[in-house]
Amino acid sequence: MLEQLLAPAVIIGVLASGIQLATPYLYASIGEMFSQVSGVLNLGLEGVMLVAAFAAYYITWTTGNYYYALAIATLVGGLMGLLTAFISVTLKAEQGISGIGIYLFGLGLSDLLFLVMVGTPKAIDGVPRLEIPGLSDLPVLGPVLFSQNLLVYGAFACVPLAWFILNKTTLGLKIRAVGQTPEAADSLGISVSQVRYITVTLAGAMAGIAGASLSIALLNIFQQNLTSGLGFIAVALVYFGGWRPFRIMAGALLFSMVNALQLWIQTLGIGLPSDIAGMLPYVLTIVALIFAARQIVTQPTALTKPFERGE
Amino acid sequence: MPIETVELRNVSKRFPGVLANDQVNFDVHAGEIHALLGENGAGKSTLMKILYAMYRPTEGEIFINGKLAELRSPADALANGIGMIHQHFQLVPGFTVVENVALGLKSSRGPLTDLDVVTKRVQELATQYGLSVEPNALVWQLAVGQQQRVEIIKALYRDASLLILDEPTAVLTPQEVKEFFDILRRLRDAGNALIFISHKLYEVMAISDRVTVLRDGRVVGRVKTADTNQKELARMMVGRDVITRWDKPPAQQGPVVLKIEHLSAANDKGITAVRDFSLEVRAGEILGIAGVSGNGQRELAEAIAGMRRATAGTIWVDNQNVTNQSPAQVSASGVAFVPEERMTMGVVREFTVAENAILETHAYPPLANRGVFDFGQINDHCTRLVREYDVKTPSLDTPVKSLSGGNIQKLILARELDRAPRLLLAAQPTRGVDIGATEYIHKRLIEQRANGTAVLLISEDLEEVRALSDRIAVMYEGQIVGIVSPDSKMEDLGLMMAGIKGNDANPSTC
Repeated sequence: MLEQLLAPAVIIGVLASGIQLATPYLYASIGEMFSQVSGVLNLGLEGVMLVAAFAAYYITWTTGNYYYALAIATLVGGLMGLLTAFISVTLKAEQGISGIGIYLFGLGLSDLLFLVMVGTPKAIDGVPRLEIPGLSDLPVLGPVLFSQNLLVYGAFACVPLAWFILNKTTLGLKIRAVGQTPEAADSLGISVSQVRYITVTLAGAMAGIAGASLSIALLNIFQQNLTSGLGFIAVALVYFGGWRPFRIMAGALLFSMVNALQLWIQTLGIGLPSDIAGMLPYVLTIVALIFAARQIVTQPTALTKPFERGE
Repeated sequence: MPIETVELRNVSKRFPGVLANDQVNFDVHAGEIHALLGENGAGKSTLMKILYAMYRPTEGEIFINGKLAELRSPADALANGIGMIHQHFQLVPGFTVVENVALGLKSSRGPLTDLDVVTKRVQELATQYGLSVEPNALVWQLAVGQQQRVEIIKALYRDASLLILDEPTAVLTPQEVKEFFDILRRLRDAGNALIFISHKLYEVMAISDRVTVLRDGRVVGRVKTADTNQKELARMMVGRDVITRWDKPPAQQGPVVLKIEHLSAANDKGITAVRDFSLEVRAGEILGIAGVSGNGQRELAEAIAGMRRATAGTIWVDNQNVTNQSPAQVSASGVAFVPEERMTMGVVREFTVAENAILETHAYPPLANRGVFDFGQINDHCTRLVREYDVKTPSLDTPVKSLSGGNIQKLILARELDRAPRLLLAAQPTRGVDIGATEYIHKRLIEQRANGTAVLLISEDLEEVRALSDRIAVMYEGQIVGIVSPDSKMEDLGLMMAGIKGNDANPSTC
């Protein structure tokens, strides 16, 4: 069994598909990170991803244009983010509960639209691979790193970009301040609501891209509950990563590598019940979170707390 | 443009049901420290929040350098050179000093931060005014006094030339207050205008050039500090003469009530805060524990009250071993506890006055029979307590959180003292309490002493400890440096609080 898994082709396959599988997690988690660092727990990612995944799938199915599909998915995600912001920031609703509401709304809406507009699952052609000239021919690294589709490259580019925005820009300073001590930010003339609207909408838009990456670049199909918990794992990854982009990436990679591994275990027909194999990534998440919880130092202290100006 | 003068003319502020400021006139000019003195609830903070544009005045006008100013928001006030240092600091604890200063400012690099530029300017300001602070230190790691400096730097960085300081010394230790006053003088001498809000008379006397006294929202007096004294200010503030020096009859010392032997206890971080601590308090005496905050006083009080585990040693109350017993058992042994954390340990904020008054006795007759409340008895009991202890509350059903600090403290005293305790453990009983209520609480403590209760008074207010105690034990790093008479010199006590044994710190003398 171990010999089978250690074959070079299998290793490359696990790594390459692991990196590909990490894509939706990265988009969703990095977006969610901005939201959480500013103090808003955006638990409805899953629902946003579902609606955006359907939108991207539908546009691709009807027009065949991936760019339109991606733009619409981002827009749909952004709008649902805006709705989330309205509920959490303006209406100051309890964020855990309203997040579940957004999720159920997205689950129902995407399913309804799919049944009305498409009916039965039909596969589409996904976003093609973009072979990086020269680099894609490298042994091992080529197929793993430089022979992926555009959305994969984009996801990994988001990580340093997010780090830069958070740590090197005035916007990042404001986002962090608003998530830790909104009163202090407010006293300096920073609009807490404005900052949170920006981050929550951004989180929605990025969840939209995450959904699209799932339906038009990874699975190339749409069906009911396509995401199957992926959005919730993305929220967990933000905690796991301690609100730091590179650690979130590490978590996303770890999770998706284990996922890729279990998929290969199933395809190779190794004698491990598929249900058990399928559980592995989730068990791993829980274990990882238990350990991650011990070393959290940078937690946004105002997370889930609506801001109200004292009188 | 720097501020030369700021003037508030006929400012009134009406909240639903309350006139917080009534036709108040106030002015401050560059190069002076103008103290705004008044009891809690006299309208000091409201007036300053109007000046800082956190509130809109119901009527009245603000003039800056002689010109009518329309201030719509704190940002507006700041743009006009008015900065406010709030009592609760507006700092981001997880940020460095420089990040806190830079927050919300326009960067010289557009969307990118320019923390190195800010650092340089922060260092300049720090040198200029003696506001020494490490620019790259995280704020949560700084002492409270240093955090306050960060707040001042923040305001100065934004070109504030009028600083409003809202009860700035409430959170400082005596040493920090001294350094803080030096900074204020330097700021004044550099041509800034300062408004110093306080209810502490000796501080106002020590630092201000002029004093305006507010009572019930109205200005009741404005004097040059040089032409007045504490007694006169106290009279203006309260509206009658106030007793600050008590003529106590000599102590009628009875048997030892509280006996602590080699007690050790850890703080919340698990570090030993009280170490090998021994002390005796007799019936009919007040033993004051003086010391700078954080030297184990809190842990000591909680260990005695059964709220913190003693890691070593024994605590005896009336020859009964109460070490590591539950708070209920300790309380049943005749110990009354007035905790330092009034709002979290002293009362249940959301409960009513009546519910808080019966927190300890509610389960026993006559207030309850077989587990069922007797509301008639409860009502009578609470009505009597509120009347006897002068708790000002609209009704017994008012939630405690809407009472003033002084009235909450009176309610706690009523609850604790009504049980005729053998030992009264009072931790910071008058912190944040106005002068009228302080006087009342002191009176009650002395009354307990006369009744033969052993009183352990823990206070960081040295004036208070000296005024009330029969003996003073100075605590430093979890141990007693020495036990001295209340007539000891201030300087000696100060040295002992810094851990240095004075010459007259001889326990055998008292």
